[in-house]
Amino acid sequence: MARGGGGAVVIGSLFSWIADPAHWSGSDGILNRLLEHLWYSVLAMVLALVIALPLGLYIGHTGRLRWLVTATNAARAVPTLGLLFAFALWLGPSLRGDLAFLVPATIVLVLLAVPPLLAGTYAGVEAVDPAARDAARGVGMTGWQVLRQVELPCALPLVMSGVRTAALQVVATATIAALIGLGGLGRLLVDGIAFGDYPQAAAGALLVAVLAVLLEGLLALLQRRLVSPGLGGGRGAVGGSRNDDDAAAAEANARMPVGPGGMAGGNS
Amino acid sequence: MIRFDGVTKQFPDGTVAVDDLSLTAPTGKITVLVGPSGCGKTTSLRMVNRMIEPTRGSISLDGQDTGRMDQAELRRGIGYVIQHAGLFPHRTVLDNIGTVPRLLGWDRTKTRDRSRELLERVGLDPHLGDRYPAQLSGGQQQRVGVARALAADPPVMLMDEPFSAVDPIVRDQLQDEFLRLQDELGKTIVFVTHDIDEAIKLGDQVAVLRVGGVLAQVAEPSYLLAHPADDFVADFVGRDRGYRALQFQATPRLPLRSERTVVLGERPDSDAGWLLVVDDDRHPLGWVEPRRIGGRAVEDADLHRGGTVARADGTLRGALDAALSSPARRGVVVDDSGALVGTVLAHEVLSAIEDTDRPERDEDDPVHGGAVAVAADEA
Ligand SMILES: Nc1ncnc2c1ncn2[C@@H]1O[C@H](COP(=O)(O)OP(=O)(O)OP(=O)(O)O)[C@@H](O)[C@H]1O
Ligand SMILES: [Mg+2]
Repeated sequence: MARGGGGAVVIGSLFSWIADPAHWSGSDGILNRLLEHLWYSVLAMVLALVIALPLGLYIGHTGRLRWLVTATNAARAVPTLGLLFAFALWLGPSLRGDLAFLVPATIVLVLLAVPPLLAGTYAGVEAVDPAARDAARGVGMTGWQVLRQVELPCALPLVMSGVRTAALQVVATATIAALIGLGGLGRLLVDGIAFGDYPQAAAGALLVAVLAVLLEGLLALLQRRLVSPGLGGGRGAVGGSRNDDDAAAAEANARMPVGPGGMAGGNS
Repeated sequence: MIRFDGVTKQFPDGTVAVDDLSLTAPTGKITVLVGPSGCGKTTSLRMVNRMIEPTRGSISLDGQDTGRMDQAELRRGIGYVIQHAGLFPHRTVLDNIGTVPRLLGWDRTKTRDRSRELLERVGLDPHLGDRYPAQLSGGQQQRVGVARALAADPPVMLMDEPFSAVDPIVRDQLQDEFLRLQDELGKTIVFVTHDIDEAIKLGDQVAVLRVGGVLAQVAEPSYLLAHPADDFVADFVGRDRGYRALQFQATPRLPLRSERTVVLGERPDSDAGWLLVVDDDRHPLGWVEPRRIGGRAVEDADLHRGGTVARADGTLRGALDAALSSPARRGVVVDDSGALVGTVLAHEVLSAIEDTDRPERDEDDPVHGGAVAVAADEA
């Protein structure tokens, strides 16, 4: 009973914290933190896409450099937090102002996003029906046209599930940028804990979660618009992407506990 | 005209798939490549549009060496029907058909109109145009594959077992439609199959390959049936070849007898043996035994429909089959409009067969003898 009552108090103060208009405006307000968080995430995603998409298409199209996919996947085992501090200590001193924090954080987020993007793109292209690829060459498409008109559209379900996995991880993990002095929603969390303002910390965690869910919905919509309906109908590619979606969601959930409980435990 | 000149293909692993193939596929004709599995049919076909490059020898298209042409350009000029259709799963049926026109730079409207026209041409319902390949049956997919190959109206078509993935009845239907289409279009076609019956039915000329990619014989179907070059070809062509050869022999003037008939719904005026039932336009409907129906009017249910009907200008095979299948032992022969001309007995067809000439054997060149002649100005 008492615990339940305490929980209600926490949730109540959490919502009244979020509902307070004073907490939304200003350079350390929710709105600005949200924009910062989005900015770090989008920056990392764009850079990761620029690296992973062409590379994945190349590997899938030519069958060369396959070991890269395995290697980047193995690299996911390196702990993110350790990596962040290592880069910050190494690069920070030689960079000026905000860049000293932004660059290490972005590098870590990009490293996090590349493996699922690369794996999704590569697997998508490789899974294209060989008969369709053969037909594409047979009707007189150039190598570039085969890639652009057949392999990429057919690979899209798996590419998109890679994008969703990567985006969720990036949004969730961008929270830790605050640990090396950057902004973003992680700021609310870190400062909240540091100053004992637990409603603020909880609000930070909640907002990250809400942002991730919204993003997931948006990307799902985008996927539905981009992927040809012809690739549906319970055939191989789609079944695969469903499973990947589940994996993506599971992984994202696993990363969510960067919340008050976990952090507080770490502090004490 | 497509010309193979001493073409050999050896794969990197040492397999010789095609061995010193020399063959001409004449303009406007169907040349069928047939042979057991693994004999190099697909490899031969794919060397024409350079999906596979020959190890030795050359292939020319209307006198031009394909080895010197730009690959993509060459392929856009050749319709290619791939085994099991190979449609693009992410494109609608219409967009699949319009692939080559779009690559050639046609605008959207023109491509769309052309794709619709072809959909109809290959006998598909227009409403299928907006479907995706996964929503079609195997037979429908193969038709779309044919339509896609025809879209830019290429003079040359390569077809790799295009009718293999369907049941025998649909296959027969597709073959008939294909022949009707070819009658209109007159393409230069190389057609691959492992089914000798399909080869005989469709080919103006049939090339039999043996394992190892060696040409065993190339000839017109009737010649092939009459004069297999060796045991392998004889074996491959199979049983009943004497009977099947009759389908290439036009019926000479048969001694037709007039047949007593009764119009459906009327009373027979005699009760002896079998009586032929016709409709008001004298189209034969079936046979009836008057003594079994006891003098009443002939009803639909009384008809015996076992007999086939031969056309007076048809083949000897048709005439013989009509005689053999008729319960009255008299084969029904009709004219162009399907109206009764008369009947013929099996022994009369047989003596007509005895009087016809078989295709003459070419003693000098057993492999190429009987091949479709290529006009001098083409060669
Ligand atoms: N890429 C390749 N590498 C090595 N050997 C090959 C390759 N492609 C085909 N072959 C071999 O070449 C021979 C001819 O193959 P091909 O596909 O032309 O046969 P096919 O007559 O079309 O047979 P099927 O009726 O089974 O389709 C076979 O022995 C096959 O194993
Ligand atoms: Mg084959």
